[in-house]
Amino acid sequence: MDFDDTPDEAAFRAEAVSWLEKNAELKKPGEKTAGGLERDDPDTIAAAKAWQARKADAGWACITWPKEYGGRGGTSIQNVIWGQEEGRYAVPPNMFMIGLGMAGPTLMAHATPEQQKRWLPKMIRGEEIWCQLFSEPAAGSDLANLRTSAVRDGDDWIVNGQKIWTSGAHYCDWGIVVTRTDPAVRKHAGLTYFVVDMKSPGVACRPIKQISGGANFNEVFFNDARIPDTQRISEVGNGWAVAITTLMNERSSIGGGGVGGGVGFRDLLDLASSVELDGRPAIEDGAIQEKMADYYVRQKGLQFTSNRALTALSRGETPGPGGSIGKLVAAKMRQEMAALAMELQGEVGGLLDTQLTADEAGWQQAYLWAPGMRIAGGTDEIMRNIIAERVLRLPPEPRIDKEVAFREIPTG
Amino acid sequence: MNFDFSEEQKLLQKASRDFLEANCTLARVREIFESDLPYDEALWKGAAEMGWQGAALPESVGGAGFGYLELALVAEEVGRAIAAIPFAPSVYLATEALLLADDAAINARYLPGLASGDCIGTFALAERVGQSGGSNVETALSRGKLTGRKVAVPYGDVADIAVVVAKQQGKVVPVLVELTGAGIKRHAVESFDPAVSQATIEFEAAPAKRLGKLAEGQGLIEDVRDRAAILLAFEQLGSAQRCLDIGIEFARQRYAFGRPIASFQAIKHKLADMFTAVELARSNCYYGAWALSTNSEELPVAACLARISASEAFQFCAEENLQIHGGVGFTWEYDCHLFLRRAMLQGSMLGTARDWKRALIRRLATSSVE
Repeated sequence: MDFDDTPDEAAFRAEAVSWLEKNAELKKPGEKTAGGLERDDPDTIAAAKAWQARKADAGWACITWPKEYGGRGGTSIQNVIWGQEEGRYAVPPNMFMIGLGMAGPTLMAHATPEQQKRWLPKMIRGEEIWCQLFSEPAAGSDLANLRTSAVRDGDDWIVNGQKIWTSGAHYCDWGIVVTRTDPAVRKHAGLTYFVVDMKSPGVACRPIKQISGGANFNEVFFNDARIPDTQRISEVGNGWAVAITTLMNERSSIGGGGVGGGVGFRDLLDLASSVELDGRPAIEDGAIQEKMADYYVRQKGLQFTSNRALTALSRGETPGPGGSIGKLVAAKMRQEMAALAMELQGEVGGLLDTQLTADEAGWQQAYLWAPGMRIAGGTDEIMRNIIAERVLRLPPEPRIDKEVAFREIPTG
Repeated sequence: MNFDFSEEQKLLQKASRDFLEANCTLARVREIFESDLPYDEALWKGAAEMGWQGAALPESVGGAGFGYLELALVAEEVGRAIAAIPFAPSVYLATEALLLADDAAINARYLPGLASGDCIGTFALAERVGQSGGSNVETALSRGKLTGRKVAVPYGDVADIAVVVAKQQGKVVPVLVELTGAGIKRHAVESFDPAVSQATIEFEAAPAKRLGKLAEGQGLIEDVRDRAAILLAFEQLGSAQRCLDIGIEFARQRYAFGRPIASFQAIKHKLADMFTAVELARSNCYYGAWALSTNSEELPVAACLARISASEAFQFCAEENLQIHGGVGFTWEYDCHLFLRRAMLQGSMLGTARDWKRALIRRLATSSVE
């Protein structure tokens, strides 16, 4: 048992580092990589595209994709090693996650060779950016309840409805969208999956302002938008199976288990050491120590759970079920840590002023982000259902919406 | 990345589980639990034949010559079976204390017996209600004689030797005592988990020998506690996993309102939370095993992580498993309380989760562990 690379992994890592050294600058101490959510100005997009193309030319753009699609034909553990090493360099944000991590694998599994040829090469070179159009105002946890309709009209489909929580919709070229093509059959049977040109007439985006003040997501409205039938993925009515492929890839790209950018455990430890509680450093208070220990135990537990999953990948096995706990534990922990950090700041905790607060109001921001983390990609409750039903194999809850026509399902 | 046990180690674990499933059913644990027998003597002998007591000891003293990774996996299985044997006090505590003190004469005399199971060791820490082991130790060593009184000594009624936390010239030190010798009065007391016997031991000028150097006693005791905490955490991990498994099994079979209670989200979410606690504990325990097997500088922090998460996971899973059972869980006849009792007893040994949490934050302040 150790944390080391195998000889093959070490050789791969050395090769990656050797290329990165020649093509990028190391980050300065404390420098963080901006997420694609945080920066979307034209210059950043241009830089991100240029970096992606450079990686593609050298075979680093998509480690696990087959060579025939422009990938490296590498292993999952190589992909992780690449991510670790690239993360040490000051490179543009990755705006291609939805495409490379979700749309691409879905197209590889379900699209025709012509469709794959049309989209995958430009996706991998970053020439075209992709977004995801799944959730709707009435279809979140219950995704199959979606009601955006697609009606056949000659060689096209006419689409009407509303999608929500789409990141990057305003600058993306293509979207993957699930629609309802038959409301007269069971809810899961009446769905069809398409690729939509985000610049086509009848597709409109509007940013959603979040409680954190930022607007990182969009609502997307379809008003008689036309999608050619050549952009349908898989058969009419098979949309749910295709969507599941996409979602399985989403979960595998989320499951990391870290606490996210910005402030972290060490910052909280420093804060607790620098503020007073009853006339002595707060970190000497037993109650504070116990809370801090709780966070550290969970954070390290997730880190080692992730190491166990990487070990399975390294051994060419499928990771065990442990990874499914990552987001559930991390999001709640993040909320608790941020709340304690605000509490430790006393009255100043109630400010959002970057000068007066600790860590430039990073904890207040983290607190406002945390509820979203507990919802995105599956709410805490849905995550528990997933653990219970898919990992522990417990029987599903009886449902009244599964065997009836979609239009007969009560909507409240 | 190679952060898991090897195939050979997993085979050893499988063999350990098979052996315990054949020789240590819950019915067998209950026999010890409900009788006056202090421990499962047949199982202890069987374990010795499997080489468990000496798993981490070199072959030169009769050990099996495996290592701490193997011992950790055996501990997990002992915990899974909630076996009624003095494995923790004898193997993780007494044996480890002797190994760390590294006194050639003492080791030559006692390690072969500890390895073969012929000698049972224990660790005597508590003297009264409240936190133990600090400045309030009163048991004293003077001119090779030990005087004082220890309570809640695990298997203290049957152990042959004890490592006793005592004071000498104002310093806290570990002391080795033969419990079958002169100046010892001991009697079993009622244990919260009757499958784990416990005793009060009075020392009246009992012949005794300090382990290690006078100035290093406190550090030695801390090292023993850290190392034992990791191995005990593996027992707790195994027990927690068993509670989860039993809870799942019961929830699948028990019907209410026309369907298995496992199909209700209230029960599912309980079981999902138990699974989450077990997985976090498992990952932290593996880190502890790695630290133990490599004698890493990170061991003091790793011990805290393993111990805190395993103590909490076991208590949580034992409590919730009983609640999932409903009324029958509260009956003597069902086994839920065997786990509940073991969880609370083990949670109190070597310092509670609360103690370890405070220690963790103190240790982090002076550690480079990220």
